Amino acid sequence: MSFPGKESQPVHVLERVGFQVRAGEFVCIVGPSGCGKSTLLNVLGGFLKETKGDVRVEGARVTGPDPGRIFVFQENGVFPWLTVEQNVGFGLWRKSARERAERVRHYVEMVGLAGFERSYPRELSGGMRQRVEIARALAADARMLFMDEPFGALDFLTRLKMRADLVRIWQAEKKTILFVTHDIEEAVQLADRVLVMTKRPATIQAEVAIDLPRPRDLDSPGYLAARDRIFELMGMDAHGSFVAAT
Amino acid sequence: MTAIATSRPVGRTTLALALPLLTAAVLIAGWHAAVVASGSDLFPKPYEVVNGIVELAERGLLVKYVVASLFRVTWGFSLAVLVGVPLGLVLGWFRPAYLALNPLIQVLRPISPIAWIPVAILWFGIEDTAPIFLIFLASVFPITVSAMAAVQNMQQVYLRAAKNFGLTGLPLFARVILPAALPQILTGIRIALGVAWLVVVAAEMIAVQSGLGYLINDARNAGKRYDLVVAGMVLIGLVGLVLDLLVRRLERFDSVRWGYGQR
Ligand SMILES: Nc1ncnc2c1ncn2[C@@H]1O[C@H](COP(=O)(O)OP(=O)(O)O)[C@@H](O)[C@H]1O
Ligand SMILES: [Mg+2]
Repeated sequence: MSFPGKESQPVHVLERVGFQVRAGEFVCIVGPSGCGKSTLLNVLGGFLKETKGDVRVEGARVTGPDPGRIFVFQENGVFPWLTVEQNVGFGLWRKSARERAERVRHYVEMVGLAGFERSYPRELSGGMRQRVEIARALAADARMLFMDEPFGALDFLTRLKMRADLVRIWQAEKKTILFVTHDIEEAVQLADRVLVMTKRPATIQAEVAIDLPRPRDLDSPGYLAARDRIFELMGMDAHGSFVAAT
Repeated sequence: MTAIATSRPVGRTTLALALPLLTAAVLIAGWHAAVVASGSDLFPKPYEVVNGIVELAERGLLVKYVVASLFRVTWGFSLAVLVGVPLGLVLGWFRPAYLALNPLIQVLRPISPIAWIPVAILWFGIEDTAPIFLIFLASVFPITVSAMAAVQNMQQVYLRAAKNFGLTGLPLFARVILPAALPQILTGIRIALGVAWLVVVAAEMIAVQSGLGYLINDARNAGKRYDLVVAGMVLIGLVGLVLDLLVRRLERFDSVRWGYGQR
């Protein structure tokens, strides 16, 4: 995958990226900033056309956006002209009014926004708006959620709470989640498996399985080991200094 | 939102009323003094203008002329909205349509509607149609251009979310593109209404026999009644103010309020 680039030289962003995700699995993708994580997700989601090779999800070629794979955007794609319940019901226009209302109620409750059904996004905090977006994706019954640094714009405490809630929701819903982040700790807290990308042109250099029970204890040896392993793969130690020998 | 409004200190609302009134009082006093000092017997003193308005009301002309002007604005402006909004949305969305029509729009737009008056009279005669056409011309461009720009500058994330949920064609337009563009369209509509009200007066001075513009011209030609001339000006200002306040009310609806930042 490459972009036209400014000076005649195209920018090669992705090369030979191949990986498998099982249904219902929670996979995080980490990598240095600018390595092509968003590009990868957008190609998989059908928002960007690959320049070479082909992209297959569930055995079928990706030709465009698909309601079975819903994106959750970092910059928040909740529609500001609709209320919370209208937003959550947005993808349900083919369903009957009764079923729509039922699903909206269920998912508004699941993301913890009961009581805010009639509020507009501008009346909500950043974290609540992100919850609306997650509920909107779940209500539409997507099989996969593609999340591109969805909590990146939130403050630290909100982010922690959102992670815990996302894990709870994922366990209840059994969706496949592909979650992009540059935050290694976030990846280890969330994922079944972490894919580590290299610098551009990016490939997947390693997979780290995180075989820890949830909710995860952030002081447990298993957690710390997995975290430090990924730091090391990315050429740093856990204190942020570069490791010489990589 | 309401909490902020009600907790506003009482002093501020009183001030917001008192200060403009004070300005008006100073202005009217200055006006009166200036007319007295100049010794002019043509230019009216403030109370003569008030008398003029009363006279117009008694002769039944006040309501008649205001209604005549509003009637023309309503038609010309409504037609402009009906044409301008869809046209602007299409131009903003379909690049070929934009490339084909935008240069034409940019050439026509700077031509003052006043310059069209002779043409309008030639095409439509001295009837309501001519001023309605002029008002349409004056307001259709700001509306079209604002709708076009609104679609072109729309946040891409809304579009992507909509496509992700499988929306295409007309539903995509109706459920996402139009609502996303609406705040900016409304701003264009407000500007257009202001322009329309400016133009109706100019058009009526030439093309018809009623309305506030006609009143001004007629009062001057038939006996230099400058009290009625200024009365006409005051009425134009007041009606224009009311029109603007009405459109501003629309900006408070929830479906567009998000587009105007924090207020
Ligand atoms: N539309 C584009 N045109 C040209 N270059 C792009 C475009 N989008 C992204 N890039 C480049 O591709 C690289 C990867 O970008 P991105 O996928 O956003 O990285 P990440 O999400 O990992 O931070 C960056 O170097 C960026 O400058
Ligand atoms: Mg990114």
